Amino acid sequence: MIESLTAREVLPGAATWSGVLRRGSALELEDIEGGANVALLLLDAHRPSERLNVPDTLKAQHVARITAGVALYSDMGRVLASVIEDTGGWHDPLCGHGRQGDLDDLYGPTSYASERNAVRRGAREELIVELAKHGLGARDLAATINLFSKVTVDAAGRLCFHPGSSAAGSRVVLRADTDVLVLLNSAPHPLQRTPDWEPRPVGLAVRTVGVAGPGDPVRLACAENGRGFAATERTQPGSAS
Amino acid sequence: MTHTLVTSDLDPAAAVLDETVQPGDGWMRVLKTGQRLRIVDLAGNQAVDTLFYDAQDTADRFSAQDTIREQGSIYLTTGSRLLTGSGRPLVTIVADTCGRHDTLGGACSQESNVVRYGEHTRHMHACRQTFLAQALAWGLEKHDLTHNVNFFMNVPVTPDGGLTFEDGLSAPGKYVEMRAERDVIVLISNCPQLNNPCNAYDPTAVRLLVWDGGEAGA
Repeated sequence: MIESLTAREVLPGAATWSGVLRRGSALELEDIEGGANVALLLLDAHRPSERLNVPDTLKAQHVARITAGVALYSDMGRVLASVIEDTGGWHDPLCGHGRQGDLDDLYGPTSYASERNAVRRGAREELIVELAKHGLGARDLAATINLFSKVTVDAAGRLCFHPGSSAAGSRVVLRADTDVLVLLNSAPHPLQRTPDWEPRPVGLAVRTVGVAGPGDPVRLACAENGRGFAATERTQPGSAS
Repeated sequence: MTHTLVTSDLDPAAAVLDETVQPGDGWMRVLKTGQRLRIVDLAGNQAVDTLFYDAQDTADRFSAQDTIREQGSIYLTTGSRLLTGSGRPLVTIVADTCGRHDTLGGACSQESNVVRYGEHTRHMHACRQTFLAQALAWGLEKHDLTHNVNFFMNVPVTPDGGLTFEDGLSAPGKYVEMRAERDVIVLISNCPQLNNPCNAYDPTAVRLLVWDGGEAGA
């Protein structure tokens, strides 16, 4: 079941993608035009009941934003992937993905019969279909991260979405720290309130970067990550311990 | 920081259920539409890790991200509607004498305890052991466990995107009360965590009361 990309491709706006990233490879995402958003879900490629756990990721590293140096933890205390490069500085782990009903309420309903492939589809519904391609379903859809989107929180706990926070050419690179099934949906952020539906394309490219070494900045970012990487490495085939 | 605190006039003597759940124990029940559940923090600053499911469709379950996005705030208090991933309301908080409940910290597990506190904590009891034991008995599985509410916990976010665990706002006898908007399965782990100062390293019991109510929205 392990396949991977070798060539660059462009994911159109409001489209869905999935693929397996092998441990030691990396997926680079580029916000081609600026203002993109990509909902990200990660699952262990071999044992998908283990998946991205946003609360464990946040509390292990005491962060409420995702950027370079942040490890993305599973619910089993292992690092599924790491952010090893990030030109933008802020990706939103709080707000999740939108739904078909929200789009219909905001922009009016569409249909394939009249709009063809410009039909507006909800991120949640599309992610569930994409999960089904891997034998998974709605129960496997966990909390997601919005790449290229910034949401801050004020002292009273209120959310503030910062539209257009990502410039054209912004890039973020995710390293797979174990074999990981990656799901992406490029619909606009669910708090985006532009008058028109304007989903933006994202460039995808996979390259080999190697596994995290002893001096890896993500491993060394905090003591918690040192333990998280050790737990991850113990479970790799051929691990000595 | 001020909080709007709302009390309830329901009489404990009229409750149809009145139980104490010890720290480290779980509790899983169906709340019928219109019933009210009160959780009382008997000794103060206890974390009550809670998940909710649509009883008719357990694949549609509490989503912290949908809930906080649609209310525009990371904290739960009176008036908060807890939503499923498809946007259905599960419960509405109708009274709250604490003022703030956490949606970001999730539940402790043996595996995350190792990451956070070290290898020596691997075999300590943890919320996700309780969640799994309870869920399995209801025919649910690991992938049915998601990102939960922590009633009575205080987990603020800083303006620059930091996450902090602050001393709780709760105190002995404070409570939160919610009304079921549909038939809902409630799954509680009364947190056994011994490694976190937020509960003074001393997890304590909570009291749960359920009242029959009218229709939702009444």
